[in-house]
Amino acid sequence: MDASVSAKANLSSTFEADVREIVTAKYVRTTAASDAVCGVLASLVVEPGTEQELAKVLKLANTAGLAVIPRGGGTKLEWGNAPARADVILSMARLNRVLEHAWADLTVSVEAGCTIGNLQETLAKHGQRLALDALWAERATVGGVLSTNDSGAMRLRFGSLRDLVIGVTVALADGTVASSGGRVVKNVAGYDLPKLITGAMGTLGLITRAFFRLHPVPRYTRTVSCVTGSVREAQELMLGIQNSKLAHSGLQICCDGETRTRVDTLFEGTEEGCTAQTVQMKFMMSEATLGDAGSEVWNAREEICSVGAQDGEGNFAVAKICLLPAQIADGVDRIREFAAERVRWRVVFEATGIGWMRLDGTSAEIPAALIPLREWVEERGGSVVILRRALGMSEMDAWGASRDGLELMRAVKRQFDPMGTLNRGRFVGGI
Amino acid sequence: VDARKLQPQAGASHASGPQGQSIREAAAKSDKVPSDAGTPAQAVRDAAFYLRIFDELREIVGPRGLITSREELHTYECDGLTNFRVLPRAVLLPKSTEQVQKIVRVCHREKIPFVARGAGTGLSGGALPVENGVVISLARMNRILEVDFANARAVVEPGVINLDVTARVASQEYFYAPDPSSQSVCSIGGNVAENSGGAHCLKYGFTTTHVLGLEVVLADGSLVHLGGKTLDAPGYDLMGVFVGSEGTLGIATKIILRIVKRPECVQTLLAAFPSTNEAGAAVSDTIAAGMLPAAIEMMDNLAIQAAEAAVHANYPDCGALLLVELDGPMAEVAALMAHVDEICRKNGAWEIRVAQSDAERALVWKGRKAAFAAMGRISPNYIVQDGVIPRTELPNVMREIGRLSREAGLRVANVFHAGDGNLHPLVLYDRRIAGQEEAAEGLSGKILELCIAAGGSITGEHGVGEDKKKMMSKMYSEPDLETMQRVRCAFDPLQLSNPSKVFPRPRLCGEKPGEYVAHPVETAGIAERY
Repeated sequence: MDASVSAKANLSSTFEADVREIVTAKYVRTTAASDAVCGVLASLVVEPGTEQELAKVLKLANTAGLAVIPRGGGTKLEWGNAPARADVILSMARLNRVLEHAWADLTVSVEAGCTIGNLQETLAKHGQRLALDALWAERATVGGVLSTNDSGAMRLRFGSLRDLVIGVTVALADGTVASSGGRVVKNVAGYDLPKLITGAMGTLGLITRAFFRLHPVPRYTRTVSCVTGSVREAQELMLGIQNSKLAHSGLQICCDGETRTRVDTLFEGTEEGCTAQTVQMKFMMSEATLGDAGSEVWNAREEICSVGAQDGEGNFAVAKICLLPAQIADGVDRIREFAAERVRWRVVFEATGIGWMRLDGTSAEIPAALIPLREWVEERGGSVVILRRALGMSEMDAWGASRDGLELMRAVKRQFDPMGTLNRGRFVGGI
Repeated sequence: VDARKLQPQAGASHASGPQGQSIREAAAKSDKVPSDAGTPAQAVRDAAFYLRIFDELREIVGPRGLITSREELHTYECDGLTNFRVLPRAVLLPKSTEQVQKIVRVCHREKIPFVARGAGTGLSGGALPVENGVVISLARMNRILEVDFANARAVVEPGVINLDVTARVASQEYFYAPDPSSQSVCSIGGNVAENSGGAHCLKYGFTTTHVLGLEVVLADGSLVHLGGKTLDAPGYDLMGVFVGSEGTLGIATKIILRIVKRPECVQTLLAAFPSTNEAGAAVSDTIAAGMLPAAIEMMDNLAIQAAEAAVHANYPDCGALLLVELDGPMAEVAALMAHVDEICRKNGAWEIRVAQSDAERALVWKGRKAAFAAMGRISPNYIVQDGVIPRTELPNVMREIGRLSREAGLRVANVFHAGDGNLHPLVLYDRRIAGQEEAAEGLSGKILELCIAAGGSITGEHGVGEDKKKMMSKMYSEPDLETMQRVRCAFDPLQLSNPSKVFPRPRLCGEKPGEYVAHPVETAGIAERY
């Protein structure tokens, strides 16, 4: 592949020399094949050691008209569309410190390159946590998780990252370093840029550090699982739990068309509270089989999104489906219908209406199932975002149909990154 | 009839006591009229121009939807912060999204600035009209359009009153969580603009936590839908930026809300402490023990006295009162309440009561929610302040507030959302005494500086509006503010939607954004940036 050759031609020797000057030669290297992002290979990997270095490199690339790909742990780089162009990978690996765990205030400030695993370990020393079940927490970084807005079943109780992040510092393409929000949980001074940056796929600026609000590690947890006869029954049970006075932290439906559908409920709190709620749940089930389960049922999302040992060279796609909670059973019926016994499917829907779906099949069969599913979901106001493409899907847009807010989003992008330096072409509508 | 007296002033920030407002108003009219210098397109226009525009606007909203008479316009000259007053050219009362779009298109074509207004209870001057501008009141767009219990969503128009949402869903034991003290009169549209909080946001979050989607009329009259009924719509979270943007990014004409199931059990504990130090320690210990109460409120002695005088909540007479509310499953609340009780006693609480009935609980809250207005009982005039500090800074900040209060010779009553560090110091003064008003304003400003120095914020829930825009430069550096303004320029390049609010200086959007060039104070080493 000659992508690297053509990309290399964009880099002038002065640019490279200037970058070396900023971060020292030790932290600049040419890319290897494993640095490719959706098949597009940049020329250089740069690892700045400070926020200032990062801003300088970014400004230099911006001035030179180069395209920059920010990279944290690299666990979700395939999410989004393939970059329209890539010259420099800016690695956050060295910006990885937990800056201040203000445990008495239940807040933390952390650099963007810190992994979620390391962060949680630090917080646990004071019995606290970031109430987020991110994918691949051992490798995923704060900046990457924020940029992709990744959250799991616990979102039901604690909200997603937009509800947990209270401040960010961002380096813009032109080298401006700006902060918004701060270390207090409650703050309405100025625009809420942390929310704008969360889920922006790194297209507006590079997150260099963030403040989060924290939650205590629960004293006691309990997972209750229930096998149901059908997805519709599972949905009724889920809506019943949602409409009850139970105070659960997570609730999900797992199904795959082969084994029986399962509903998992997570309780956290005191032992008294969890026990009482489990008893209450038993009253809600009639014929369903209810039992205590281990915490491993909450790995379902990660299992769906990961390349497993059994996959080998298997061809599969992963998508995130956003529906309303009461549309889940209909959605699963459509998945079954469009998969048409040719594509193997597996899905976990959280009670928020967000589902994570995996399709295994041939390069022709997978798009044939995904395209009508996306159409069906979008007609109902939801979305299907492709997180991992199978072979033969390169033409399919990761984000789906654009909405009436797209022009405004483009205007925001122009204000923050007029040259299109950051993650060019990866986001909605070609942003 | 003096139109001013008809004006709703529920929240009553810079409120007057029984002494009337004449001196204050005189001052306001002479030097408190905010300057719009720098706002684009303030060409001199004659009366004939406005008459022509009024005719066109009347066509859109009908004769009863347009107010231009001076007496009636006075009703709209300020919001809950009464010390800033500006008379708008006209007030429009549209009944539909289409009418809002048509009005805004006229404003855009003629470059007439507009200010959206809900119930006018804001406490930072966010709904203050701008000179030669119009006010677009959303009061007539007050329908609850849809309630979807299965998915826990409600779709409302911006003029719907906050408490009416809860009233509408109460039959199925749901509620709308954000509960600002003015919730019986304030509107959802205004809550969205200000990202309103309330006593229960410690556990339940703010308005932004409960807004899922918005229909917005942008400053050029076009319509966009941000967010939606389903979560995580692809693209930027523009809804997240819009909520709390204080009307500067457009007008929300439809709002999708999340509604919440009522908890199985709610218990409210009242504990009397010798001083705010002991009460503050109890708050810290409660949080450190891993509990997240629905609310933790604190009042100091002066605030207790005022609340007692106003609503006879039967509070104990003590140095500081803590109100802790726990909710959730019965067994959970019972276990945690025992723990809170223990923590309070350990920290020196000499009286602890748990409200035994809904009526008792309502009375406990009545005292707290009436605390601002109750100041009128103990002082002719007062200023409501709104600042945030990291909770652990409470003892230091309280000591400093005490010192500043003694230095200024003015009393300060304190009411806090203690769980999240949101302070509401009330600076008491008497404007009949020469110099007191200025001293009170000085003291109020210094308290905000304390909050910034402690690593906090200049506003936790009242907003920046007109009142605190100068303080923004003390909290944020120039590049921070410039970056926020980029959002503004993307939404409203002509800066017609509530111009001259929030930011200390307007930014001309025609300027090509570029790297920030250091401000002289930075190069002089007074301020710093990276």
